[in-house]
Amino acid sequence: MMLNKQLMKAVLGHTCNGRVIVGNSRPHIRLSRCLNTTNQDSSTSAQVKEVSDNEPTQQSIVRKPKRPPFIKNLFLGRFDKEMLTYPEVLDKDRHELLHEMIVPIERFFEEQVDGEKIDKEAKIPPETLQGLKDLGLYGQQIPEEYGGLGLGATEYARIAEITAIDGSIAVTLAAHQAIGLKGILIAGTNEQKEKYLPQLACGEWTAAFCLTEPSSGSDAASIQTRATLSEDGTTWLLNGSKIWISNGGYADLMTVFAKTPEVLPSGEVREKVTAFIVERGFGGVSSGTPEDKMGIRGSNTCEVYFDNTPVPAENVLGEVGGGFKVAMNILNSGRFSMGSSGAGILKKIMGWALEHAVTRKQFGHHLSEFAMIKEKFARMSVAIYAMESMAYLTAGMIDGQEEADCSVEAAIVKVFSSEAAWHWGSECLQILGGLGYMKSYPFERYLRDARILLIFEGTNEILRLFIALSGLQHAGNEMKGMIQKLRNPLMNPGFILGKGIERIRQHKDNPKLDLNLSDSLHPSLKAAGDILEYCVKRFQYSVETVLARHGREVADPKNQLELARLANCAMDIFAMTAVLSRASRAYCIGVRNSSHEVQLAMTFCDEASARIKTMVKDIENGPFISNDSTYAKIADTVIEHGGYAAEHPLTRVFW
Amino acid sequence: MSLRVLVGCKRVIDYAVKIRVRPDKMGVVTDGVKHSMNPFDEIAIEEAVRLKEKKIAKEVIAVSCGPTQAQETIRTALAMGADRGIHVEIPAKEMEKLEPLHVSKILAKLAEKEGAELLIVGKQAIDDDSNATAQMTAALLEWPQATFASKIEKTDGTLLVVREVDGGLETIKVKLPAVVSADLRLNEPRYATLPNIMKAKKKKIVKMKPADLGVDTTAHFEVVEVCDPPSREAGIKVEDVDALVSKLKEAGRI
Repeated sequence: MMLNKQLMKAVLGHTCNGRVIVGNSRPHIRLSRCLNTTNQDSSTSAQVKEVSDNEPTQQSIVRKPKRPPFIKNLFLGRFDKEMLTYPEVLDKDRHELLHEMIVPIERFFEEQVDGEKIDKEAKIPPETLQGLKDLGLYGQQIPEEYGGLGLGATEYARIAEITAIDGSIAVTLAAHQAIGLKGILIAGTNEQKEKYLPQLACGEWTAAFCLTEPSSGSDAASIQTRATLSEDGTTWLLNGSKIWISNGGYADLMTVFAKTPEVLPSGEVREKVTAFIVERGFGGVSSGTPEDKMGIRGSNTCEVYFDNTPVPAENVLGEVGGGFKVAMNILNSGRFSMGSSGAGILKKIMGWALEHAVTRKQFGHHLSEFAMIKEKFARMSVAIYAMESMAYLTAGMIDGQEEADCSVEAAIVKVFSSEAAWHWGSECLQILGGLGYMKSYPFERYLRDARILLIFEGTNEILRLFIALSGLQHAGNEMKGMIQKLRNPLMNPGFILGKGIERIRQHKDNPKLDLNLSDSLHPSLKAAGDILEYCVKRFQYSVETVLARHGREVADPKNQLELARLANCAMDIFAMTAVLSRASRAYCIGVRNSSHEVQLAMTFCDEASARIKTMVKDIENGPFISNDSTYAKIADTVIEHGGYAAEHPLTRVFW
Repeated sequence: MSLRVLVGCKRVIDYAVKIRVRPDKMGVVTDGVKHSMNPFDEIAIEEAVRLKEKKIAKEVIAVSCGPTQAQETIRTALAMGADRGIHVEIPAKEMEKLEPLHVSKILAKLAEKEGAELLIVGKQAIDDDSNATAQMTAALLEWPQATFASKIEKTDGTLLVVREVDGGLETIKVKLPAVVSADLRLNEPRYATLPNIMKAKKKKIVKMKPADLGVDTTAHFEVVEVCDPPSREAGIKVEDVDALVSKLKEAGRI
């Protein structure tokens, strides 16, 4: 039995649980130290607070609950009902603080950010960047003791809704803190944190994340940049080149991933990935010319070359050879914010499209009276509702649980939100018709900016595999015994008989609903709760089917379509959970328009379950009845032919 | 000579919001509507903070009259650089009927109580456009007033203030203590940076009621009706000057 180890490992990154470790995901723990009492405005020089000897460090250690991974357990048919209680992680103080912070940020973006100019000149004006630094936006998740704002995931996600107004700025900020310096927060030593975080927090230094290379994009484990240790063991020499590095043209600090040799006890030398903190000032660091891009044109993207760059040994981030895990943890921890940033943009442009639709008249009616236009706004609202709900549910998990394992949930948020942002951005443009296509309106710019969302931070294809394989790996271990029996029916008649009844029900698309999910929701959502339960059961059945069908070959390249279906089901189930959880809470506590929310949630569940029904049917049918194997054959013909393989329609064979 | 500056700020409906008249025609819709600090008051706070940065002022106290939400406005002032705040609690219902005279009495009492030597307020609030508080407060305190200030300079025990008036710019000298009202071009208010918002959490806001200052907030006016301005009607084109004149005569305009 062949196991495509490489692909599995590359996609999953590590063989144990994908923990998401976020540096400051502990809003209750605040180290209270003596404040630097000068009352001046935060200047751009680094401010580190001094510890007073007299004042004891106050740490209120609130033990947070540990919960099992939600989506991964769904592969086993286990549904954590806690998820149906929408999280409320911010206490009154933090809630007020967050909403006070939103005000100047929104104003800044409204008054000081000229998105059109940034796009046209492919540059963010230095005054604008300085304004962002002065506002404190460069150190959102850096702990207060290092000069940052010490915000948690929820606050970060909320602010991302605003910074997303300009794609170039959003990416510049994210490249700096969500990935560029995140490694130091997650895996850095205290010395590394003290040395680098203060100037990163105030924006004196900008950070970048250097992983991708010309021949290593999705397959991050195949990078070729190398670092060799000096004889005396004090310095690593870094050599290699990275491409498409955001902030790469001017970043002062880079988290660089390189292969380092590891000598095994057998004498064999293996290459493993190690993460390094590299200062531009170390020497040997140069950048190429900025790339001319389709969108996010103001964000600086370029090649970065390392030519015998000396890196002190104390700048290794995490363990030597443990770099891949660091990289995956970093990427996992920032992904979920794409849900809120996507929702932020869509809400804005939807507002503009709506303004147009209620003023523009054709055929004697306002556009907003036509059903086709109404449908767009309705579906868009449902999608935005799902994006927001998932983003903040995931953020709530990160902030509210002890070392939450939500790598799969974060991936789901990223895939769903990027595709929704692209699709609905396009529909908003469509509503404006010809005007939407013109550069004098911002829609085409938003669309161009949004396209990258499906590609970076893990392409959606890779993430779908990640979602499916993570879940299968989690489930597979537990189900190993069961799957063996399923694959060996003649040897396990008793088990098959017992399982048989269950499977007969599933064959008839009539699973037994025994989870009572609707009990955890407001009664008005009962029907949707039952639909969710049905989907969970069908999903579990399809997981068993896929595992039984392929066994360990499940990760083989030719089985990707089945995995993608599992991933799509998992995505829809997570989204359903999020929207029901949120709508139930909204209705129970009586927020304004809560009945509208209930309507959005129920509509989403209705459509999602229809999708899941189809996908499970396709999985059940297998690759030969669904078109998977046919597609493979067609693709092979095209590949062999070197292009489109059908003869031109005008071809004559005889006269 | 370092001044203690008292600054009044009011929480109003945000300038960008489209106002809607309430169905009962007794006011405008405020529920769920975005509110923020009166723009002219922001300018006032900014000026006070700049005076402190220039070491002309030693302390800036922000005052706001209103319901609980007025504290948000005071916190914005603290985030911009004010040292402490005073919240004069007035329930929302009463707030609708609060008049410049009441606010002036409150500010006057506070100026005396706090030993302020300079009181700066915005020239008018964008909701009622009264343009009266600064003037009334000065009268109650018997202090000189410099309204519609577009530039303030300190010279010994006096202030040199450039005022924007209908005829142009007027420069006057006022002795301290004085009342100043801020106009649009006095300065450009800073953004409250996020670190400053966090620091402002530690600054003190003292709460009190108008009665504590011996001020009676009984209304002198009664709102009869609030309605939309009449919607603009279409114009008419005329062929020549004679037609224009006859149309004007018809409408009784000439």
